[in-house]
Amino acid sequence: MNTFSGNLRRDLEVRRYPILVYAMTPLAALVLQAWLPRVLGGFAWFDLPLVVTVYFALVQRVPIQGTLMGAGMGLFEDALTSHAIGVNGIAKTLVGFLAASLGKRIDVENHTIRLGLTFLFSLLSSATYVFVYRGLLGINQQWTWFVDLFKAVGSTLIAAALFPALDRLQVRE
Amino acid sequence: MESFIIRYRNLLVLLAILLAQIIGLAMQVRHTGAGRNTLDPNDGPGVRLIRLWADAVVTPPEQAIHSSKLGIEYMWQSYIDLRHTQSENQELKRTVDRLRLEQAELLEDALQGKRLQALADFQQKYIYKTVAAQAVGSSGSDQSRVFYLDKGSAEGLQRDMAVITGDGIVGKVRDVFPHSAQVLAINDQTSGAGVILATTRLRGILRGNAIGQPQIVGILADQRIQPGEKVLTAGGDLIFPRGLPVGVVDRVVRDPDRDAFIDVIVKPAAHLDQLDEVLVITSTEPRFSDEQQQDLATSEAVKGAEAAAIAEQKKASAIMAERLPGLIDPNLPPEQQPLLETTNPNPVVRPPQAVCPDRFTPGGAAQPVPPGCKNPVTDADKKAATPGTTAMPATPAATQNPEAPKRNPQP
Repeated sequence: MNTFSGNLRRDLEVRRYPILVYAMTPLAALVLQAWLPRVLGGFAWFDLPLVVTVYFALVQRVPIQGTLMGAGMGLFEDALTSHAIGVNGIAKTLVGFLAASLGKRIDVENHTIRLGLTFLFSLLSSATYVFVYRGLLGINQQWTWFVDLFKAVGSTLIAAALFPALDRLQVRE
Repeated sequence: MESFIIRYRNLLVLLAILLAQIIGLAMQVRHTGAGRNTLDPNDGPGVRLIRLWADAVVTPPEQAIHSSKLGIEYMWQSYIDLRHTQSENQELKRTVDRLRLEQAELLEDALQGKRLQALADFQQKYIYKTVAAQAVGSSGSDQSRVFYLDKGSAEGLQRDMAVITGDGIVGKVRDVFPHSAQVLAINDQTSGAGVILATTRLRGILRGNAIGQPQIVGILADQRIQPGEKVLTAGGDLIFPRGLPVGVVDRVVRDPDRDAFIDVIVKPAAHLDQLDEVLVITSTEPRFSDEQQQDLATSEAVKGAEAAAIAEQKKASAIMAERLPGLIDPNLPPEQQPLLETTNPNPVVRPPQAVCPDRFTPGGAAQPVPPGCKNPVTDADKKAATPGTTAMPATPAATQNPEAPKRNPQP
């Protein structure tokens, strides 16, 4: 039980970061997500905006902030595609809200839990994307589950390296 | 009421944001006559504004990263990785010399092809005006196969222009911004290009599938389609000029939605996953660059030099013919010319006459038998009439012509 809840003082602690980190990390995630597939070709199986959204939502623990951040990142991603604007927005809005809500209840210092949540949220984001496209919009879009599975694994691996690096950037009081 | 809002503010904000996005999505979708929904290909002003903002934010850092990457590659290749440079340089110089000659010949062919096309009143042009651009970014989503170019409307790019490489077609310009452009690749699910199979001449529409492979859809099952067959643009979509290479047939799969139809998976000629520099066809008007004009002039000069060389060779051969001894000697009178000599230096050799001609001698049966020689025909007949003896068979002329012995009486 202690693993999931941590101690009470640490759970109530809200992390703070330099303003540059808040500004540059999402921007870098969006730029790299758009640029790296040009270098890696068809093997760009990751979702950097989702990883960043999950991280900040988990450590901030404020659902409204997580929701807004997820919506902003998702809408930005949609704007770079040829698809309708709002599909990724809805998916990442849900992810940001759920991650922030869970952040209030679990020990976000536990690295394994954070990675597991990143994997699950990546799958949730893909499932929401497909549901919105096919269910809400009624557009016939082909979909392959294994690509989304690979993407979830890739995002988790990136999170394994990125989360500790971002942890070091927080402001200690 | 106030306590309700405060208590459920997180959920209310979530629902408000979700609702706003759903309404925004509904405005971007339209219902087609076939009973399906599809995305509106023409973005509304609001959507276009969002895309413009996103492009303005992302493209400059992407261009900076791309330029840095190119700079590092240039530094590495120009100053560090110089192994075998000397030998490669020599080889490349020889190749350039050879290719310039070949290019001049090809340009001649191009001119001829252009003239022939004009004669045949073809709408297609042979050479197109293009703008080179760098691919600097992508959508970042495997569901949307688009990428961004570092050239935009300021450089003359417009919507629906064809994007190609030297290997084959790549896509079409979907959206244009002042200094960048969004290109929809041919392996996107929403793309569409008219293509034709080079051998079987079957036509279809090329679009991408879920894993980013271009495939030709809407083709009736046909056993003639074999892997390796070339796929070319058909020219009917008014975007891609006719005859540009698309790729080769990779395999044929059954259409999951329609039994009688097949999907032809195409291996693209262009490397769609690792594009760097592309060409955007901005005009179908024929044109030649300064270098090509110069090459044409060189080609014409080479042709003139060849004609002069041939004339020189003819002149030299005429001079040599005058100097070498011939059948006509200019120093002798006409009656003593060797051409007028009637004696044959090579007389015909005839075979000697047979002393005793027999039936094997040419014309022997018709010749009279000299004294002291036996008549071969009558002796053979006598031997054949005697039982227990063998005789050479008579020649057909001797057996079938009973008059022969009469005409050759034995003296």
